[in-house]
Amino acid sequence: MSYLTLSLALIFVLIPIFLSKTLKLGLEKDTIIATVRSIIQLLVVGYVLTFVFDAGNYIYIILMIILMIAAATHNAQKKGAAIKGIIWKLVGTFIFVEVLTQGILLGFQITPPTAQFIIPISGMVVGNSMVLSILFLNRFTSEVETRQDETELILSLGGTPKQAIHMSLITSIRASMIPTIESQKTIGLVQLPGMMSGQIIAGADPVQAVQFQLLILFLLLTTASVTSIMLGFLSYPTLFNKQMQMLKLRT
Amino acid sequence: MNTPNDTAIEFKNVSYSDGELQIIKDVTGTFPKGKITTLVGPSGAGKTTLFRLCNRLISPEAGEILVNGENIVSYEPTELRRMAGLALQSATMLSGSVYKNLSMPLTLQSGDLPEANAKDLLKDVGLEADYLHRNVKDLSGGQRQKVSIARTLVNKPNILLLDEITSSLDRVSQEEIETLIKKINDNYQVTIIWITHNLQQALSIGDYIWVMMDGKLMESGESSLLNNPQNNHVKLFVKGEIE
Repeated sequence: MSYLTLSLALIFVLIPIFLSKTLKLGLEKDTIIATVRSIIQLLVVGYVLTFVFDAGNYIYIILMIILMIAAATHNAQKKGAAIKGIIWKLVGTFIFVEVLTQGILLGFQITPPTAQFIIPISGMVVGNSMVLSILFLNRFTSEVETRQDETELILSLGGTPKQAIHMSLITSIRASMIPTIESQKTIGLVQLPGMMSGQIIAGADPVQAVQFQLLILFLLLTTASVTSIMLGFLSYPTLFNKQMQMLKLRT
Repeated sequence: MNTPNDTAIEFKNVSYSDGELQIIKDVTGTFPKGKITTLVGPSGAGKTTLFRLCNRLISPEAGEILVNGENIVSYEPTELRRMAGLALQSATMLSGSVYKNLSMPLTLQSGDLPEANAKDLLKDVGLEADYLHRNVKDLSGGQRQKVSIARTLVNKPNILLLDEITSSLDRVSQEEIETLIKKINDNYQVTIIWITHNLQQALSIGDYIWVMMDGKLMESGESSLLNNPQNNHVKLFVKGEIE
């Protein structure tokens, strides 16, 4: 695809701007910012990836992954600001999920140890982990607030903090994982996944594309469950003190 | 003055603040062991906060609380909370059946409450056995309050902290609960501390009384002090001029 052809794709940006202006939705500015940011960010990533692939040095791969984790942490921590030390909990979770998934992929030689595989897959894993963290933290802080009486009731009956927070934790873990599981149930029926579509458009064998997509889907199931559960179990102890008293969420 | 042996809970210069707001102000006093003490005072006097301190759901910022002669901090929180059972006015229920709620204290200790025992508890608080498998959503405020009391009794506490437990009950249920609490007090020498807004109830069922106002203990002693209070503010409260 040439840049000239790509520029024609801007028609798809003009349509929402036109609709927003006509219906006074007030989204023109945000649409333009989003368009400009996506063009710059993706072009930069494109050039950086070309450099990293050509260099063939693991240091650059690790730096790329660090950058992804830093960006994901920055984005997700806003939703968990009420939880003490959320930044390190997120960093720990993202690193663990990344090491676990790449460890399995590379350890069992499912994917080759090259930048072309490690970086895009890491992007999907960390990105998915970030979305899961946001979903989990959003739900968990709201559950903790709405179930405060129930949590204190269990403490007052002689329960431990873990027993007292159990329902809030399980509800939040389940709620954050449901979108991943539900979307996998209808995959291929409603929409073709982005990565698979990209490969097919680029001329790859559709069956080969499906095999890679399945790999990613299974990977994302592990990512989803490990992220929610690990973040949950790292977060709940900060809601209590040593006297097993419930602390107020930070505002 | 009670000696440690006949004191269930002792407050020594206890203060507690929630942020900027001081709720308990330098409270010193005792709750006698094996007796019924009522705790009265206008809204916002700090009565419920005092209970939360006794159950160690919160800790004082100053002073000491002794339970059965031991500093409250020397107990494991779970052990203390089973020993000093708390039933709140809100009667919070866990979603599900009455049986699930009654079993909860033992489930928390990996134990099991036999159905027969659960039915006996319901009978004790004036509910029919067939309530056991009803959903708590279908209970009235009064019935929830009764289940809440029964649930607190499952831990067999030796101190019972009851926060306005009869305020939402009709007269008959109120009398049933009063009889039950007196029975528990007589038969098992359980110390009862009962927050009530009903001064008549305080006089009729309480051996002793604490009158709290604005976070302070204004007067304490035998319940009959309500008939002849010394403190001017307490006099106004008894006359119903302070609510």
